[in-house]
Amino acid sequence: MSPKSKLARLIVYALLFGGAAIFLFPFLWLVATSLKPAEQTMSLPPTWLPRAYYATIDGKRMEVTRDYPAPDRPGYWHITEKPAPKTLAGKPTSAIVSAAEIETKIQPRWDNYHTALATMGGRRPTSAEGAVGVDAQVTFFTFLRNTLLVCVLGVIGAVFSNALIAYSFAKIRWRGRDTMFVLTLATMMVPFPVLMVPLYGVFKWLGWIGSLRPLWVPAFFGSAFNIFLMRQFFRTIPEELSEAARIDGCSEWGIFWRIILPLSKPVIAVVALFHFLWAWNDFLGPLLYLTRRHTFTLALALQDYQSQGGGVQWHYLMAATVVVIIPIVVLFFLTQKTFIKGIATTGIKG
Amino acid sequence: MTSREKHNLRHGLAFCSLWFVGFGVFTIYPVLASLYYSFCDYSVLQQPLWIGIDNYRRMSTDVVFWISLKNTLVFAALSLPAGMIVSLSLALLLNTEVRGMPIFRTIFYLPSVVPIVASALLWLWIFNGQFGILNWALRPILGLFGATPPTWFADPAWAKPALALMSVWGIGNSMVIYLSGLQNVPQELYEAAEIDGANWWRRIWHVTLPLTSPVIYFNLIMGIIGTLQTFTTVFVMTGNADGNPARSTLLYALYLFSTAFYDLRMGYASAMAWILFVLIVALTLLATKLMEKRIHYGG
Repeated sequence: MSPKSKLARLIVYALLFGGAAIFLFPFLWLVATSLKPAEQTMSLPPTWLPRAYYATIDGKRMEVTRDYPAPDRPGYWHITEKPAPKTLAGKPTSAIVSAAEIETKIQPRWDNYHTALATMGGRRPTSAEGAVGVDAQVTFFTFLRNTLLVCVLGVIGAVFSNALIAYSFAKIRWRGRDTMFVLTLATMMVPFPVLMVPLYGVFKWLGWIGSLRPLWVPAFFGSAFNIFLMRQFFRTIPEELSEAARIDGCSEWGIFWRIILPLSKPVIAVVALFHFLWAWNDFLGPLLYLTRRHTFTLALALQDYQSQGGGVQWHYLMAATVVVIIPIVVLFFLTQKTFIKGIATTGIKG
Repeated sequence: MTSREKHNLRHGLAFCSLWFVGFGVFTIYPVLASLYYSFCDYSVLQQPLWIGIDNYRRMSTDVVFWISLKNTLVFAALSLPAGMIVSLSLALLLNTEVRGMPIFRTIFYLPSVVPIVASALLWLWIFNGQFGILNWALRPILGLFGATPPTWFADPAWAKPALALMSVWGIGNSMVIYLSGLQNVPQELYEAAEIDGANWWRRIWHVTLPLTSPVIYFNLIMGIIGTLQTFTTVFVMTGNADGNPARSTLLYALYLFSTAFYDLRMGYASAMAWILFVLIVALTLLATKLMEKRIHYGG
């Protein structure tokens, strides 16, 4: 539909911009928070931009925190020396100065990212606080490696196994095939909680609990949804192509490998992309099967980071959140067309 | 069997062999085992002990079970309609021929790729009762009426509405599915309706909605299945499986998880899982029954 009048066009744009603002707002607030020093995350009224305040106390110029307005002297603020992030030397000095004496600068704290990545594994933020735990070597990069391992092996498994299986369902006419296909579709109805307990038992029996294997090995044995998706695509490839190859003496494997697969790049891309996204974001699986911190994936580590220690350090937590989101957002921007098309097909043909 | 049939059977089975393992080990065995456990006392540490329908009978008097069921249904009743209305409205907006549509589509879809753990933490911060930006914005507005904003996830009465509000942010998938459905509506029908003097609202009501009804049905079913299993959001936001505050966010999947893996009552949890399955099937059938006459499968 195209809006006819100017007014209609204006209303459509107003709604689109309004909606976009609402949908983007959480992202902006996320990034804003991640760049603030701790005390400014909890300032009222909240501010968008991270600031740094400078003032002179006892003849010394230093960075300070603006704590609260002096109760008996309007226009004056209670300020405290801001200790350097890595050290904790003595008691910080404080003073009451007039607002005009405080110099304000916009200053994003990129440092938050460094600290967040280093402490995600449970290490304390400053050396002064000591307490280096058992998992001292565990940082963000441990979790990134685990996550990439699960994602990449899972994608390889999902593409390889589902393509093979879908070929069998789409291109080979074997007795019992259609029954098996109906059974396969029926399993899509089963909610995960039904499978959860016995699956845990299977992995426990295999001795895989605590390792990453339960998160990627099953991908090598097919999944009903992907089988369905690929079968639908394979069926659109003309039968004559396979027949001609067969007459030329091509083996079934040859037809699959040299004819069907090269023609199926779009559906392979969709399956690979969806599996990557799913594995990157999966939380329940890692929560069930991973027991020690050095095996955690990013999703689980992020949740674990929140519940570490005392109160939530919102600036660090938001910095870690940004880092976990960024790769997936970049991937989405690079593959948007495949992505949107993939979702649209699953909806229509499902 | 001809030699061709033998050849096909052999190759068909060979290509399908990985799935026979996957289907058997990761699907059929768990389904059957779960059904068996649901009639057993089972803690993983010992062999399952057959107790008949005791688990199911116990459920009917389990107060927490009913609380979790009620919470889940209330949450679904809030988030499903909200999500469907917002995603369909956005799809209708995006379906208008205006410039920059792909950019807007990207923006509205973007939240859907964000890991649930990340979006849950982000919204927890936005909804923060004291320092949250939402309440900072609401305070002056509600102040005009002499009211103060709720503390959201710290208030049993407001925790579920907050969860539902948050879920609306991630409706990208259903929006894209609606959009592709809308783009399949033939342009001539709109033109014909317009010639007949139908205004914008009537065109939506009499042309768009009937022709996209299969997609609406699909999204509704997917929504029911997904919403009833909601787990991660709540687990991350409350930091555990207790469903704080005051069990107001103790959703069904959360109670099931803690029963199975914290209390190690795997038999009882399996019985709960089967009740969930039955509930999903029942609601799906109900939705089908209600929509049946209104679904319009085009030629």
